[in-house]
Amino acid sequence: MSVLGLAAALIAGCGGGSSRNVIQNKGSDTLVNVAQAWAEEYAALRPGTAVAVTGGGSGTGIAAMINGTVDVANSSRKMKDSEIELARGNGNEPIEFVVGYDALAVYVHPDNPMDEISLEQLAALYGEGGDIDTWSQYGVEVPGCGSDEIVRVSRQNNSGTYVYFREAVLGERRDFRLGSRDMHGSKDVVDLVENTPCAIGYSGFAYATDHVKMPCVRKGEDGDCVSPSVESAIDGSYPIARPLFMYTAGEPEGAIREYIDWVLSDEGQCIIYEKGYAPRGDVDCS
Amino acid sequence: MAELAHAADRRDAAWWIDRAVQILVLAGGLSAIVFIAGIFVFITREGAGFVFDRFEFREFFASPRWTPTSSHNPTYGALALIAGTASVTGLAMVVSVPFSLGAAIYIGEFATGRVRETLKVLVELLAAIPSVVWGFIGLSIMNPLIIRVFDVPVGLNVLNAGVILGLMAAPIMTTIAEDALKAVPDTYREAAEAMGATRWQVTFKVVLPAARNGLVAATLLGVGRGFGETMAVLMASGHSINLPTSPFDSVRALTATIAAELGETAAGSDHYQALFTLGIFLFLVTFAINFAADVFVRGGQRKQRRRGRRPAASANP
Repeated sequence: MSVLGLAAALIAGCGGGSSRNVIQNKGSDTLVNVAQAWAEEYAALRPGTAVAVTGGGSGTGIAAMINGTVDVANSSRKMKDSEIELARGNGNEPIEFVVGYDALAVYVHPDNPMDEISLEQLAALYGEGGDIDTWSQYGVEVPGCGSDEIVRVSRQNNSGTYVYFREAVLGERRDFRLGSRDMHGSKDVVDLVENTPCAIGYSGFAYATDHVKMPCVRKGEDGDCVSPSVESAIDGSYPIARPLFMYTAGEPEGAIREYIDWVLSDEGQCIIYEKGYAPRGDVDCS
Repeated sequence: MAELAHAADRRDAAWWIDRAVQILVLAGGLSAIVFIAGIFVFITREGAGFVFDRFEFREFFASPRWTPTSSHNPTYGALALIAGTASVTGLAMVVSVPFSLGAAIYIGEFATGRVRETLKVLVELLAAIPSVVWGFIGLSIMNPLIIRVFDVPVGLNVLNAGVILGLMAAPIMTTIAEDALKAVPDTYREAAEAMGATRWQVTFKVVLPAARNGLVAATLLGVGRGFGETMAVLMASGHSINLPTSPFDSVRALTATIAAELGETAAGSDHYQALFTLGIFLFLVTFAINFAADVFVRGGQRKQRRRGRRPAASANP
């Protein structure tokens, strides 16, 4: 009984009496580190507003926004038409904000001599019906990879990164080839590639370490080969850079509006830049 | 007489406490039934939409294509996932049965005094290691080791997950197998020794056959553990949709698929319900395995009682 009483008191405390604004922010694991940094900085700036950040993935955040349980959803992919319909059905018109850009880097083992790869080659490796299975088909011989077999590293099938890679590299109507190692996090992909000479994987540029190599990516056979970096994501020359989104249910007002405005301001954009992502436009963060 | 009956019927504090404890214990006993029924009802309700509308028996059990998030052609073939779970559990049993049986025989029949007590504690300690730590060992120690020793492209595979899972299942199997050996009446051993049998002959020819049902039950519970284990398998198996043809192939387990995908799936979607259908399947399989283990244990106990031997509890000095 006393437990129930306590719970009731807690709920009452959270619901009404408090004068603090709490913004619920949930979604993309790609964005979760940045969202956390934003929330901490913002709490220091505006003590009257607290931002509660949770990860869980783009799909989770969007689902929560559709159901009206969060104020702001983070997503590393655009909302699908079907999701927008669902949200409208619940009376929540989704409003989209681009908060930055992320270069999706291709990772290989540091001993791998491969320096460049084209989108077509990536599609032939990852796409259904693709015909590349060995490193010698790329014309490279990888030290420490005696079997010559390419170990494809991918993501679980509902991550925003997976969905973006499918659209950008394989095309709308092509599926991934089965048999890839489907990791459950951006960092896990980099970790596995780091320890596996035969491996190739894709993950956000912000997760790069000194123990992996990132070949430059070329669009078309005679396009420029561009290395992933914050700069190449900003100027749009890197072919697989994706926008990162925040969604609100309906036009944001009050504390939520202020928070989004601050995230999009130079101050907020410098924080995303420091975390290894590209800001929306030119900002001076020195 | 009437006075006595009245005294016995008195509803004082002790009587009320007695009643309260009875009800509490009854509630505790019933809660197990309530929980298991509740879980079954819940996962069935969540998965029901898929089972009745979308489920195709042939696709689910005969197709390895698990592509629930495909934009134009989602398919729900669980064959590769079932094969993944089965291959990892199978290899785990190959690893853990000799280990746990050997340990149980040594602890139960040969070891004495301090050695025996220390071993028992250590085996129980082994059972307390969290599965995510086992998974971590698979990911960061076994993976490079397998690559180096066997010269294969990747060390996250059936072998890795099977060995990890075997080590995880071994402690509980050892404990149950040892209980089964302990339940064999000492009169059996004494009779065999009186006939001039050596200790190995006593163990191998008399104790093991007498404890057979309990040992089978221990193995079955180990299989159940292997089927249900999630985190370690997710981390060590490679999580790759594949029909394995060798221990060096990466696979994906049923449990790992649910763990990896459920968090980002919209509640109520086909994908969500399909994951719950996997859950129903897992529940039924582990239920059948545990039920079989139970039948074996009971079978063993009944046989011993029929022979009119001393009950198991007093068998051990």
